[in-house]
Amino acid sequence: MAQLNMVQAINLALREEMELNPDVVLLGEDVGTDGGVFRVSEGLQGLFGAARVIDTPLAESAIVGTAIGMAIYGLRPVAEIQFMGFIYPAFDQIFSHAARIRSRSRGRYSCPLVIRTPYGCGIKAPEFHEESSEAFFCHMPGIKVVVPSGPYNAKGLLLSAIRDPDPVIFLEPTRLYRLIREEVPDGEYLLPLGRARVVREGNSVTVMAWGSMLHRAMEAAEGYDAEVVDLMTLSPFDEETLFASVRKTGRVVIVHEAPHTGGFGAELAAAIAEMEILSLRGPILRVTGPDAPVPLAKLVDHYLPSVERIRKALDELMKY
Amino acid sequence: MCYLITMPREPIATFNVERLRILDEAGNADDALMPSLGEADIRRLYELLILSRTFDKRAISLQREGRIGTYPSMLGQEASQVGSAYALAGTEWIFPSFREMGMFITLGYPIHLLFQYWAGDERGLRIPDGLNIFPVCVSVGTQIPHAVGAAMGARIRRDNRAVVCYFGDGGTSKGDFHEGFNLAGVFRLSLVFICQNNQWAISLPTGQQTAAATLAQKALAYGFEGVQVDGNDVFAVYRAVRDALVKAENGNGPTFIECFTYRMANHTTADDAGRYRSAEEVEAWRGKDPILRLERFMSKKGLWNESYAKETAAKALDAVDEAVHQAENAPGPAPEEMLDYVTASLSPRQKRQRDEMMQTEWT
Repeated sequence: MAQLNMVQAINLALREEMELNPDVVLLGEDVGTDGGVFRVSEGLQGLFGAARVIDTPLAESAIVGTAIGMAIYGLRPVAEIQFMGFIYPAFDQIFSHAARIRSRSRGRYSCPLVIRTPYGCGIKAPEFHEESSEAFFCHMPGIKVVVPSGPYNAKGLLLSAIRDPDPVIFLEPTRLYRLIREEVPDGEYLLPLGRARVVREGNSVTVMAWGSMLHRAMEAAEGYDAEVVDLMTLSPFDEETLFASVRKTGRVVIVHEAPHTGGFGAELAAAIAEMEILSLRGPILRVTGPDAPVPLAKLVDHYLPSVERIRKALDELMKY
Repeated sequence: MCYLITMPREPIATFNVERLRILDEAGNADDALMPSLGEADIRRLYELLILSRTFDKRAISLQREGRIGTYPSMLGQEASQVGSAYALAGTEWIFPSFREMGMFITLGYPIHLLFQYWAGDERGLRIPDGLNIFPVCVSVGTQIPHAVGAAMGARIRRDNRAVVCYFGDGGTSKGDFHEGFNLAGVFRLSLVFICQNNQWAISLPTGQQTAAATLAQKALAYGFEGVQVDGNDVFAVYRAVRDALVKAENGNGPTFIECFTYRMANHTTADDAGRYRSAEEVEAWRGKDPILRLERFMSKKGLWNESYAKETAAKALDAVDEAVHQAENAPGPAPEEMLDYVTASLSPRQKRQRDEMMQTEWT
């Protein structure tokens, strides 16, 4: 086993899966010769050739659209959108086709496709390089949305995503790409999609988070009898684990960096209110980005939920 | 043409856009260009044209009676659809838009399923095994990248298989047309793009869709061949598609075929074309009818007479009657089916929604 960062862990997952299954192909902008702008696919074109690691023209809708065509043809394409802020031209292909092909053809065709994209704040990049618009994709029946929070789960979740029979959006938090190293085993281990994990046990309050915010939630939880749950899959989310934690603690704080209104926290809050309201001792609080476009670097610290803001919510909730 | 820079310049690339026609309106064929079609093939083409038109007429009348939903007619475009589909070998993958019922019929798609689909029963789009047609794509032009991806898939799998993609003149304005064409050219894929330029995208004439003299020439900018064919000439359409398929199978890259035709009907049954085009224009195209043209040709060759025409019409009517009967007598879809094909397995929430749906009494 080796200590790997998330870039290396994802690279390892792609390499192993491509060795195992000749139907797995990568495509996207700069993924081949350049190894991707974050070097996630570094060395893979050399190993597997330009026919399986495909440098495409700069055209997001065509990247996803052709990946859909490959998937229905029987391949297992892994498409990269260079940054989440550039995924919007492919929105039509994802929503109108990838998500619906199984249904439209009443099961004759399926679309086993992974769309990987770097996501979230904190790398001091230009506009559109720091978006977190996961909620849009969670609103699409037929699409799964997965967000790893560290190198170990990034590999296990990506392997499951590639083997999933349906389309998966795989959001890679750029802040975490090189921030943490973890033991990442060689070879196959699959973390099931649709399952959350309790990262820290506690009895008084549940903090729900994913991606890079998980690490802030963990830091904020220090000194509280707080349980921290890493969702890992947002759609479909793990009702069982989340509701069990709510029943145990009776208090919920949801943390995400995307804007407040219509963010995925709203869905979680509504689901908890629907199913577990009688377990609650106080309001469900959301600590999120404000309802503003993601600012550039100078203001990003004021945008992202901070440890202090999460603690303030915990203090507020502990009054109940 | 007005040039920005008037200094002497050297041409570095020159292009031609060509048009193919074999059968004229009087029914005379250019023997030098005729594809190799035997008498049985020509009769079959005629019978498929008649069957397609009979289906189309029935679909419109069923819509008027409230028995199916909104339907887009192919009237006037039958040769583009039947001629192109008849050229296929059956191994190709086909990505249609939504106005190609003549193509579906030519490839042997069960007609009752077409009626079921247009009546709002999604089971009609469950493509029977063995037919590599993709479901109808209602979102204009968005199927073009799928065809490109399937052609990339065929190449990666080393399958010697061409991919065929249908769309209309409106589709050529979409970003997916340009992105898809660009990739098709860059990767030199085994693709045949068939555009039925029926000259109207609902109310917008081709002249307002593009400033280009032809749609065919758009392929040239992406580095591959584009050709215009007389879309009401079933032989020209057949020949162009056949040649493009052979070229694709030999690894010589994509071809764009613009079938220049005319939409004789409204855009759909929900449209009134009288609001935006003249009766004179439509009337002028009546003389170019693709079926009339083939009848004249066949008559000269001794392949057509009144009794054969009557017999063909009666057979088509029987097939359509039978299909309508079968479609209308199929048991309706179960409500929970809308959840059953969203993903390979249901989430716990979808399971609850499905259970609730099954327990609900619909009155």
